[in-house]
Amino acid sequence: MKSDLDGVVTKLIILSSKRIMPGELLSKIYSLKKDLIVKETCFGAEVSGKKEDVEDALREARSLDPYGVFVKERGFLPGDPRRCRATRAGARPGFHQIELEVKRLPLIAKALSEYERGALEMRREEGEELNLNAGRFKEIIEDTLKDMSV
Amino acid sequence: MVKVLVYPANSLILADLVERFGHEPLSVQQEIREKISAPGLDSPPLNITPDDPKIGLRYAAVEVPSGVRGRMALLGPLIEEAEAAVVVHDPDPTFGCMGCARTNELVNFLIRARKIPLLELKYPSTEDDARDFVVRVAEFLKSLENGK
Repeated sequence: MKSDLDGVVTKLIILSSKRIMPGELLSKIYSLKKDLIVKETCFGAEVSGKKEDVEDALREARSLDPYGVFVKERGFLPGDPRRCRATRAGARPGFHQIELEVKRLPLIAKALSEYERGALEMRREEGEELNLNAGRFKEIIEDTLKDMSV
Repeated sequence: MVKVLVYPANSLILADLVERFGHEPLSVQQEIREKISAPGLDSPPLNITPDDPKIGLRYAAVEVPSGVRGRMALLGPLIEEAEAAVVVHDPDPTFGCMGCARTNELVNFLIRARKIPLLELKYPSTEDDARDFVVRVAEFLKSLENGK
């Protein structure tokens, strides 16, 4: 049986970026002038609409920061009272998984950018010891200091 | 494009990586979307259709707790649809009865029983682990493209 929701997809956009904030992300999506429901959240945004329109919006969102924008599907529409925390007690179902993964997003974002640049060619074999010599240790310290100063 | 099942079934990192490398992630939210877009369900997954227990019974016997069968009604069809799978082992939210550990064991068993290309990982906690994680996932997904 068909309903009004057929063909409508909802995506969660979760930011782990030093370059953009949720407000800028929304401005970019609004500037596309697509028929979308967009909701700003503390972690990024929720976008709902026809699949093609949502994909356009995601493409634009990723263009702002290719490695700092993460996307996953959401079953319910933005603000759906069955899921929205404003109308029910406790954490939204699915929150704990996001909470677990958000902590790791900066690591994944950095690894992805290195992978795309071709800096990561070899992978460690299972059980292989991490070879952390003085040079590599110095590199990690410099990277961390550089990240902190940005 | 290959349909890749991600586990945990609502994983953000895995769904994003699969999509980023040009494949279709199969996650539980798609099943939920199908359910809520069908008229007659007020509050899925708390409400179920008469068909859901029957679907769950295809994967778990009637003696098994109803919660496992209910979850399998959502996850089972995804496993059948999957052409490959990326599994992260022992994420915290799947621990114990609140994470329905028995369903998770059954899901992992059924994925292995399908004998589809499978990548098994652990969540990264350091920079080096994250590099390893991304390279493994990327290589796996690229190998699916090449039909290896």
